[in-house]
Amino acid sequence: MDPTILIGSITLLVLSIFLGFELITKVPATLHTPLMSGANAISGISIVGALLGANVAYDGGDTVVSGILAFVAVVLAMINVVGGFAVTNRMLNMIAGKKRGDR
Amino acid sequence: MMIDDQWIGLGYLLSAALFIFGLKRLSHPRTAPRGNQLGAMGMLVAVLTTVLQMELGDGIEGWILIGGGILLGGLIGWIMAVRVEMTGMPELVALFNGFGGAASALVALSESWKFIEDDTLELPTGLELEVMIVAAGLSALVGWMTLTGSLLAMFKLKGGVEIFGKWIRTPTWGPSWLNPVKALLFFSTLGLIYMLIQEPTNTDYLFAIIGISCILGILLVLPIGGADMPVVVSLLNSLSGIAAAFTGFIISNSVLIVAGSLVGASGLILTFIMCKAMNRELIDVLFKAFGGSDREQVTRTKVGSDADEVAMMVDGAQKIIIVPGYGMAVSQCQHQVKEFADLVSEKFDTEVKYAIHPVAGRMPGHMNVLLAEANVPYEKLIEMDEINPEMPEADIVLIIGANDTCNPAARTKEGPLAGMPIIDADMARTVVIIKRSLSVGYAGVDNDLFYMDKTMMLFGDGKKMMNELNAAVKEL
Repeated sequence: MDPTILIGSITLLVLSIFLGFELITKVPATLHTPLMSGANAISGISIVGALLGANVAYDGGDTVVSGILAFVAVVLAMINVVGGFAVTNRMLNMIAGKKRGDR
Repeated sequence: MMIDDQWIGLGYLLSAALFIFGLKRLSHPRTAPRGNQLGAMGMLVAVLTTVLQMELGDGIEGWILIGGGILLGGLIGWIMAVRVEMTGMPELVALFNGFGGAASALVALSESWKFIEDDTLELPTGLELEVMIVAAGLSALVGWMTLTGSLLAMFKLKGGVEIFGKWIRTPTWGPSWLNPVKALLFFSTLGLIYMLIQEPTNTDYLFAIIGISCILGILLVLPIGGADMPVVVSLLNSLSGIAAAFTGFIISNSVLIVAGSLVGASGLILTFIMCKAMNRELIDVLFKAFGGSDREQVTRTKVGSDADEVAMMVDGAQKIIIVPGYGMAVSQCQHQVKEFADLVSEKFDTEVKYAIHPVAGRMPGHMNVLLAEANVPYEKLIEMDEINPEMPEADIVLIIGANDTCNPAARTKEGPLAGMPIIDADMARTVVIIKRSLSVGYAGVDNDLFYMDKTMMLFGDGKKMMNELNAAVKEL
């Protein structure tokens, strides 16, 4: 790996960590669980790595096991992503929807 | 289908920006739904950017592998999210989180395994090799730990697991010598990663890292009592973000690094916020085993009341404060609770409010979600700090399946509950408690509130008792 790429990645890592610390300051208790669940869905970003892995493994000839591992990773990450956003949406609809509605 | 490299970079940048805005908006009530949508949009952009850069050749197999995986996983996730009961929500979040951690770890494993099964692939050398192995090792450590930890946390939230029709309680066990063991396992994993750099294709090291990480995840969660589980799930959520960031280093992918470390950092902050709401230190939660194992035996007794008796008390009450707890979630009686509130406010013109403890139920916000489902107006849900000064004016406080969150023992300086903020239910003129028995709560501490003279106990399932109470009030 080119050291400049590594330094670039480390820069990204450190700055994103700082940003993450600053991003969340005060959260009402009502939103603790939805926020956790939404952030959890975002951590399913490893779907990108899983897709790339599945693709590369398919291209190379002799990497069946890697391909299977990556395929399982795609499935698990997708469950995390789709399920995570959907369940967060359901929670938020219940909390926020009723606040406006006066049924 | 190829797109240029710079477009890929821009696509990932857009996706990272969407995640940042999404997280920011998720922390404010008004903008939260929009924040969630932005996050989902960011994920869509990331996936599209990734799929568009792939060269899948002429064959159909590649598309089956990629598209099939996306569809299968998406469908399973969707069905689980739509079908889950509101009470099961916290467990589901824990489960999803475990899957996310496992996905990161599997990507790391898949990348390393390529070099093991295909001799023609040339291993990188020097710095590149070191970065790859260290990142893959750390991703495996955090990822597998997140998987086993989250699974155990899920079963702890459920309270147990059913095997062949037999209900087995999730154990809580953690002698103090377990902490050095955890540290030892942690450092041996780091040692194994170092050894793997010397011998990158040694599968023994690889499996040892996976095995130890799985054990570490279980040992981390095993000593922690159910009452602290929300904090643990939040911490595991932060860990799964970190695992994704490490995976980003293996494949030098910017969006993985950015999104992963964002979730890692903000998840940690959220963990601290939750700890603060419970007046606990994160270090104590993680390393001082508490609750569950040494349950106090209940020796005192209390005569139960019945619904008619309570209904008579309700008649003439000007102000009733309802304190919901996990018992309401278990028995799914939020609709009956709402019916009760409507009934008394129509019939006796009683003012009804709900006191929400920050950690009532098994997750922060658990009660809000359930009561919102029953159409309870948002303004009626009052947070603990605001409702406590009103407690002495309350004629009746109706506690439904809550225990530790209103245990006066928390005001003392001793015991597992010491210092936890509570709802001052004991200040009200009359206390009515719906609970199945006098048994202790998650913290394992007997509750003096049950035995006070002004306390009326309604022993039974929340839904059944609320139905009886509603019927009795109607008959008055």
